[in-house]
Amino acid sequence: MNFYGIRAIYHFEMARTFRTLAESIAAPVLTTSLYFIVFGRAIGSRMGEIDNVGYGAFIIPGLVMLNLLNESISNASFGIYMPKWSGTIYELLSAPVSWIEVLLGYVGAATTKSVMLGLLILGTARVFVPYQIAHPGWMVAFLLLTAVSFSLFGFIIGLWADSFQKLQVVPMLVVTPLTFLGGAFYSINMLPPLWQKVTLFNPVVYLISGFRWSFYGIADVDVAMSLGMTFGFLVACLAFVWWAFRTGYKIRN
Amino acid sequence: MTIRPTSAHTTTELSAPIISVRGVHKTYAGGFQALRNIDLEIRRGEIFALLGPNGAGKTTLIGIICGIVNPSSGTVVAAGHDIRKDYRAARAAIGLVPQELHTDAFESVWATVRFSRGLFGKAPNPDYLERILRALSLWDKRDAKIMSLSGGMKRRLLIAKALSHEPEILFLDEPSAGVDVELRHDMWRLVRELREQGTTIILTTHYIEEAEDMADRIGVINKGELVVVEDKTALMRKLGKKELALTLRQPLTALPAELNAWPLNLSADGQTLVYTFDSQTEETGIAELLRALNQHGIDFKDLRSSESSLEDIFVSLVQQAKGVKP
Ligand SMILES: Nc1ncnc2c1ncn2[C@@H]1O[C@H](COP(=O)(O)OP(=O)(O)OP(=O)(O)O)[C@@H](O)[C@H]1O
Ligand SMILES: [Mg+2]
Repeated sequence: MNFYGIRAIYHFEMARTFRTLAESIAAPVLTTSLYFIVFGRAIGSRMGEIDNVGYGAFIIPGLVMLNLLNESISNASFGIYMPKWSGTIYELLSAPVSWIEVLLGYVGAATTKSVMLGLLILGTARVFVPYQIAHPGWMVAFLLLTAVSFSLFGFIIGLWADSFQKLQVVPMLVVTPLTFLGGAFYSINMLPPLWQKVTLFNPVVYLISGFRWSFYGIADVDVAMSLGMTFGFLVACLAFVWWAFRTGYKIRN
Repeated sequence: MTIRPTSAHTTTELSAPIISVRGVHKTYAGGFQALRNIDLEIRRGEIFALLGPNGAGKTTLIGIICGIVNPSSGTVVAAGHDIRKDYRAARAAIGLVPQELHTDAFESVWATVRFSRGLFGKAPNPDYLERILRALSLWDKRDAKIMSLSGGMKRRLLIAKALSHEPEILFLDEPSAGVDVELRHDMWRLVRELREQGTTIILTTHYIEEAEDMADRIGVINKGELVVVEDKTALMRKLGKKELALTLRQPLTALPAELNAWPLNLSADGQTLVYTFDSQTEETGIAELLRALNQHGIDFKDLRSSESSLEDIFVSLVQQAKGVKP
């Protein structure tokens, strides 16, 4: 293992984060606060409880997930896309690092950042609504697992993208809609029966459901299923990255 | 100043080539064949200059050895390690200064050389990095953001990054492009020092005088093929031509027919007669020529001899190759 190499990449990425710390924190905290003001207070006060949980508290896990997915993807995709774009990737390609080490550096840093942000949003939520966490251990586990999986997914998007537009396309056109439709703001039991079935094809449903279960002990789908799906996604991403580095996919001519 | 610290390099015996390229072909994804059947050995501790016109395949070959480009076929062994099977050891031995100025805009000079050293698996060594930055006149700029550096400074920063992990082999892909005369001198002095400390250096340049000055051996590549690989002095001896130019007392309109057998060239104004001969041969034929001229009553007032430069040799090699290829 090239530990110095992993550390160099990790530091490089974290330094990039800290250079733009204010922006990285301000935007998500502000949007989350807006969600709480609009959905939690203004609209939420007219909504009934869902599964005995007040609406303001109900949306917290979904909101954290929404931010976690976006942050993980954008951090990791940007991290690997930038050197491709600027040409500095030559150094990474000529360095004695394996794909695992490259991942540990880039995905490790992206995960760190999005977990920090997830916790920050949980803190912000506290300002607006009181909530309790029924299974803190599982909460952290879901948080970490999701951050790692989607940082990996972001890394793949960064490898695949050959323009800044493409870098934005997947988060905007795929992830955000799937999150909104994945039960961030409602329980899928509230949907008509047909849509309840359709929605089960949305992988984000499992993430949000599992995460919400760790807070309130209520879930739309079985928790084991949630865990299994997240792991499955993680393994699929790992397999893709392994293949990409073997074949040089879009990075090595 | 010493750039290389004391760490001894533990690689294969000294006589073995430090890089050996065997039957390397490269066809890019678009179907363009950039390299054809390249066989090349680089000797330990030499300065090797790779020359060739634009698009010849120099950067591609360097990219393959350094792990940036996948070869379509063939094998490369660097510092005793196969670059694919044992890529860690091979790459750790190599430092690369790319042709293009690829840098991170927002990093500081110091942060980026530290990053490079770590990336190549070396424990931090601030003293060593300081020595490199000083040698490249970048120490005063250590806290500057890279985007605030001039082009020549960026080039030197890339050299510092390449040296940051104490490589045994250094690739310099057109290091003198965009570097002013004084800095070029400093850079070549550094390169010589590195060579004295045992680093093997492979460089490309379009300034042929530089290769003539610096290199121990020279390879010429054209359209993806290695046209020649030779000791610089041997190459200049073998392919170099000497010329003897005679300034005539009386201009000639034509040469006497008896002199047609000689490789002589009369200038357009009939004032100068140029005799070309192989610098290698024992018998230059000068004495006979002068006797023959004398017999025909051709008198001269001045004579000069000159040797062809590496540049002339290079141009003739590349043109020859053009003639051979359709
Ligand atoms: N990524 C690529 N895809 C397709 N063709 C490429 C690629 N990179 C280089 N080539 C082609 O391969 C050939 C060799 O390019 P290379 O960069 O190795 O030349 P070079 O000898 O370094 O030239 P120069 O002196 O201009 O730097 C060129 O014809 C170039 O167009
Ligand atoms: Mg080139």
